Amino acid sequence: MSKMSLEMEGDTHVVVKRYFAAPPEAVFRAHTDPALIQKWLLGPEGWTMPVCISEPRPKGKIRYEWSNGKGQGFYLTGEYLELEPFSRIVHVERMYLPDPTPDNHIETRFLPEGEGTLMTMRMTLPDAQTRKQMLASGMESGMDASFVRLEEMLAPDILPSR
Amino acid sequence: MRRQSRTAPPLDLAFSALSDPTRRAILARLAKGEATVLQLAAPFEMSQPAISRHVKVLAKAGFITQRVEGATRPCRLARHGLEEIDNWIAMLRKALEANYSRLDVVLAAMQSAEEKPSRKGKSKR
Repeated sequence: MSKMSLEMEGDTHVVVKRYFAAPPEAVFRAHTDPALIQKWLLGPEGWTMPVCISEPRPKGKIRYEWSNGKGQGFYLTGEYLELEPFSRIVHVERMYLPDPTPDNHIETRFLPEGEGTLMTMRMTLPDAQTRKQMLASGMESGMDASFVRLEEMLAPDILPSR
Repeated sequence: MRRQSRTAPPLDLAFSALSDPTRRAILARLAKGEATVLQLAAPFEMSQPAISRHVKVLAKAGFITQRVEGATRPCRLARHGLEEIDNWIAMLRKALEANYSRLDVVLAAMQSAEEKPSRKGKSKR
């Protein structure tokens, strides 16, 4: 059912494609309407988004705050740059972990395909440091042991022994 | 396995090593098994020193290792560099897949809400 593709584009970008059984207008709205975003943009199981600000217009603000209900959380801020209803969104975002990560520039396209929509999201590949921080935050939320191992690989300096 | 003093190569190095088609072809060849620089150079219109330089970049990024065997230094894949990227991509994929299957449900609800002869406004159903 979930036919998602995720590919590297050169050494700086990741391109994600996913088909949705709904028209572009609905998929676009689900990406910009805060009440709808709060229902799905949640990451790992058990997390919620108590705060969601999304002002879908050029220079409009974005702020998502996630919580695991156990006192852990992180947030993201961003700005919309371009919006072409209901076919294209360009925005930047950064996560606070707690220091802000470098801006991630994201272009999302929604193209009609058959009865539904093909979404293509092209995002900047975060640098090694950002990934380290992202993985660390994922680890706190209880991700796999393999990610704990990855964290160790990426951050040898925080290991107790050398 | 306990990690040695040798630190993991930064992902930036790994990604930039993969950005070159010749280096990707070298990795594809090594996926079939060990090969010397001479063997690696054979399919390319490139000098052996040029291939050696590519090999060096791949080794530095942690993708391949070389051992000494007499006068030759056969190369083979080191799993390390590849796993590092695979794991990160796997994490991203997992998070996105979870989000998008939730989005499928949201979209289905939006559509059925539209199909209903719903009253406009905020009145309760």
